[in-house]
Amino acid sequence: MELKEKLISSFLAFENHVDLDSPIHDVRTEAIKIFENQGFPTKKEEAWKYTSLNSILKHDYSVFPKHEKNIEYNDVKKYFIHEIDSYKIVFIDGKYSSHLSQTTHDGIDVCLMSAALNKPKYRLIIENYFNKIAPKDSLNSLNTAFSQEGAYIQIPKNKLVEKPIQVIHFSTGNEAALMNQPRNLIVVNENSHVQIIERHQSLTDNPVLTNSVTEIFANKRAIVDYYKIQNDNEHASLIDNTFINQKQESHCSIHTFSFGGKLTRNNLNFYQNGERIDSTLKGVTIIGKKQHVDHNTLVHHIEPNCESHQDYKGIFDDSSTGVFNGKVLVDKEAQKTNAFQSNNNILVSDKASINTKPQLEIFADDVKCSHGCTIGQLDESAMFYMRSRGIPEKEAKGLLMYAFSNNVLSSVKIPEIKQRITKIIATKLGVNIGFDL
Amino acid sequence: MLEIKNLHASVEDKAILRGINLVVKPGEVHAIMGPNGSGKSTLASVIAGKEEYEVTEGEILLNNEDIDELAAEERAHKGVFLSFQYPIEIPGVSVTNFMKTAINETRKAKGLEEMPAKDMLKLIREKAELLEIDRKFLSRSLNEGFSGGEKKRNEIFQMAMLEPKLAILDETDSGLDIDALRIVANGVNKLKSKDNAVIVITHYQRLLEYIVPDFVHVLYDGRIVKSGGKELAHQLEEKGYDWIKEEVNA
Repeated sequence: MELKEKLISSFLAFENHVDLDSPIHDVRTEAIKIFENQGFPTKKEEAWKYTSLNSILKHDYSVFPKHEKNIEYNDVKKYFIHEIDSYKIVFIDGKYSSHLSQTTHDGIDVCLMSAALNKPKYRLIIENYFNKIAPKDSLNSLNTAFSQEGAYIQIPKNKLVEKPIQVIHFSTGNEAALMNQPRNLIVVNENSHVQIIERHQSLTDNPVLTNSVTEIFANKRAIVDYYKIQNDNEHASLIDNTFINQKQESHCSIHTFSFGGKLTRNNLNFYQNGERIDSTLKGVTIIGKKQHVDHNTLVHHIEPNCESHQDYKGIFDDSSTGVFNGKVLVDKEAQKTNAFQSNNNILVSDKASINTKPQLEIFADDVKCSHGCTIGQLDESAMFYMRSRGIPEKEAKGLLMYAFSNNVLSSVKIPEIKQRITKIIATKLGVNIGFDL
Repeated sequence: MLEIKNLHASVEDKAILRGINLVVKPGEVHAIMGPNGSGKSTLASVIAGKEEYEVTEGEILLNNEDIDELAAEERAHKGVFLSFQYPIEIPGVSVTNFMKTAINETRKAKGLEEMPAKDMLKLIREKAELLEIDRKFLSRSLNEGFSGGEKKRNEIFQMAMLEPKLAILDETDSGLDIDALRIVANGVNKLKSKDNAVIVITHYQRLLEYIVPDFVHVLYDGRIVKSGGKELAHQLEEKGYDWIKEEVNA
């Protein structure tokens, strides 16, 4: 049975054991119909021209894992930013792990989507926010149809959340092949500030496919800093769909660090519904072998006097492939918009490739928009310069690549994350440089 | 220290050096002058090990060892230093971090431990003072947005840090105002000893007022066509290069 058919028949079974009175029962039913009609995206669609899902859809994924498996904190500690005190929402094979987590309801809600979906006190929030900004395309709809579990974070007005929140999904290999569909909802109210770290980690070589949807609502003057660490093993694939709705004077930044995984697709959309909004999208991609990373971004400038900053760097070795498709849409009303986009890539090997496509659609006449993309090799004259100072070829290469990705790291606000990423980059580049940037 | 025998080198099959002979002993300062396009910078790059240049004939001996097969970094580890005519900008790497890496990699190649951070800092401060370099400057990205003078001063700062046996200064005077020229020359003179040697490549005699050469060579069309003492530099300053060309072509 093909995965699509399997998912549709699983949905029917699923529907029978979830609460039919659930506030999102109709939403789910509608969503599965959309998926049934559209199916998985193919390369015929413009947005998927350079990314084929064929190789990852062929596995016989378990959609609802039957067995629970426990893991010990010490075995997975390295996947946490464990140097800092944080809230943790941890899932093992899609199921919440209370012993690895540290949630709270003390003034803020750092808890579970399942609770938000099932408990009456959250009903209003679900009605107001759930599935309100995720576009109704096939993959989002598939996630919506199966949405059951994930992180639910709600920060009331005027709260500075001092501890970052880590959301981690582990796959144990308990299933021969596993499909995860986490659904996250994050609502940050007026004047509040939150930092979130998200990671997906498979612990074995069994195939894993994650189709994740995250909706983020940043209300007036809210500040959201979100870090995605994508360093999974070569048998795990991730389709990350993240949508951010910003209200006036809010600041949201998403940093995406893509180092691992078999296939990674990041669909990242920002909607600026208010004035003087600031949106930041940054990414570092360093991959090799046959890995594939696709960044598909949209910034929709709807109202005047807003800014957006996009900066994506990529280093591609071996036969790896990359895609950057960045769309900036400036509505007629969105005067005085400042929108910047840059995508720079280094191809380390002759077999690596990157397809980069900036798309600017501007309907306002008083805006500043810039975009630039570069694809190059390492600068030979810089290499000779460094080597003439006694820095060996490998280290010189590493240092140049470090430097290349450095300005993306400079806006990371949590030092421990910066250190961790620097270390991953060093390992990835196979160098040991005697300093931290 | 350095012995170059009948050196021929080409880039993309175009012969640029056509039989250079040069002997540099410890403690000596040699100036290599010549008109544009005579092969001065090529000679500097070939000695430093730039891969685009192919040595087609002859040899370069450093302390009696043929270094032709050595990579640029291995030559650097053996004490060769090239001050670039056009130093490269490396955004994202600070001057300090660059020097730390260069020094520790050189030490590693010699089987030494990394230099303790405290000693490194002291050394950096000491050498920065010698070149009258502001400390703020050291945390900036290497050569990025530096003025011409700052870049050259930074080159000599790197030389001071690495303490090479053989320093080649490629047009270090170009783009320098008189104050910067004095600072740079002063730095080079302070680093000079009976154990190291300097090759100054220049188009003009100006720098040689400050860094006084023991020998002056004129490079023309890929060969050293005339050698002499420092007075040769004065002669070239007065009369230009045309008389040399005429002599050679006669």
